[in-house]
Amino acid sequence: MSELQNSLVELIRRTSAEIPDDVNQSILASLEQEKKGTIAESALKIIDQNIQLAKRKSQPICQDTGSILYYVDCPVGFDQITFEETAREAVKLATKKGYLRQNSVDSLTGKNDGTNVGPGAPTFHFHQHRSPEVNVRLVLKGGGCENVGTQYSLPDGKLNANRDLDGCRKAILDAVLQAQGKGCGPGILGVCIGGDRATGYEMSKTQFLRLIPDRNPNPELDKLEQDVLKTANELGIGPMGFGGKTTLLGVKICAANRLPASYFVSISYMCWAYRRQGVTLDAGEKLAKWLY
Amino acid sequence: MTKLTFPFTEDKIRALKVGDEMLISGVVFTGRDAVHKYLYDGGKLPEGVNLRDGILYHCGPVVMKQDDGSWKATAAGPTTSIREEPYQAQIIKDFGLRGVIGKGGMGDKTLAACRDFGCVYLHAVGGAAQVLADCIKRVRNVYFYEKFGAPEAIWEFAVEDFPAVVTMDAHGNSLHKEVFAKSQAELAKRI
Repeated sequence: MSELQNSLVELIRRTSAEIPDDVNQSILASLEQEKKGTIAESALKIIDQNIQLAKRKSQPICQDTGSILYYVDCPVGFDQITFEETAREAVKLATKKGYLRQNSVDSLTGKNDGTNVGPGAPTFHFHQHRSPEVNVRLVLKGGGCENVGTQYSLPDGKLNANRDLDGCRKAILDAVLQAQGKGCGPGILGVCIGGDRATGYEMSKTQFLRLIPDRNPNPELDKLEQDVLKTANELGIGPMGFGGKTTLLGVKICAANRLPASYFVSISYMCWAYRRQGVTLDAGEKLAKWLY
Repeated sequence: MTKLTFPFTEDKIRALKVGDEMLISGVVFTGRDAVHKYLYDGGKLPEGVNLRDGILYHCGPVVMKQDDGSWKATAAGPTTSIREEPYQAQIIKDFGLRGVIGKGGMGDKTLAACRDFGCVYLHAVGGAAQVLADCIKRVRNVYFYEKFGAPEAIWEFAVEDFPAVVTMDAHGNSLHKEVFAKSQAELAKRI
């Protein structure tokens, strides 16, 4: 087995079994805030125990090990074909080892061949940069939270949402209301304002590569992020939709140019079981540094 | 926390109310999308599976074959239940279910079936695959493994002190409806 394959299997194991520290800290802070003796507090305690147990046993935090999304920053001249082939083998091996569930189904026949590899699975996003480093980030996104993701086309008459930031705010908060606990809250929102439909969803997901406590460098988007987070947590949806103070742990918003005719607000929801990890590879394709 | 122990009789189930935190012990069967559609379409349960006075768990676990040939559930949290809403009421009625474990809650048809036939919806913590797999003391059997694949198969689990909250009871109450209505009203004040 190549060094690259070794490194990628370890990246998958760690992503599936160990929650990143920024998410863990955020969950612990919300546990402190919930009223004692409520079912919201019980749910967060179970979540906390689960995070610890998964790490100790080196087993999946959640049995839905999700869509496998690779984000690769690489230098000019990097061999993407070999990377993809190796990453697919790493997925097969990680599935055999139980780091990933047999989670990929042929949409036409309904067959699950147990490998997690097929058309569109896993997914690769390559990005060239002018640096010799190779950074591989991995997001495992479960189906429960993916199903509550949604896209609005503004103006939206029902929501009275116009083509401005207030309209975006209404759309995003409506998505939170509709999701309730179904996406395994407390959740994190990744949002893209603008773009075409596909680009909007794709960029909304790249927001999950950001750290939970970070702040948006754009003051208007920062204000919207803080406002939506505060407002969502006043709605009383709570962990798992049981009622309570913590509905969201974070809101991350980006913007893309749009056509004059289109105004999409694309919203992806990430569950509390926020599996995101990354690694910088050294020249020998060994793990050099964890990114989260 | 209150214990709910096999057999899951109608009396025990009707005594439960929304908000009760339960620790479930006994046999539960898993079933998710493929199983629900199959049963709804008139499919027969495989020999050995009896859902009468039983609990169905909406779950697609990670189950590993051990060296001695037995199975071990290594990750086994609930899946989103609302996808089974078109089928659940009929299955509660036809197969005599007393409990459904899942996450996210279900709709009015299922709520009515819970009231009419004496069943409750038990909400487990979504994503808590390790805590919940720890409560599965034994994998007793698996059915439809080839037919539906591992996550969609019917797994027979012996569970002990499996934690779940009653969020829909047999008296027409739903925590999900309540939280939705309240949160909708709160949002309206802030728009």
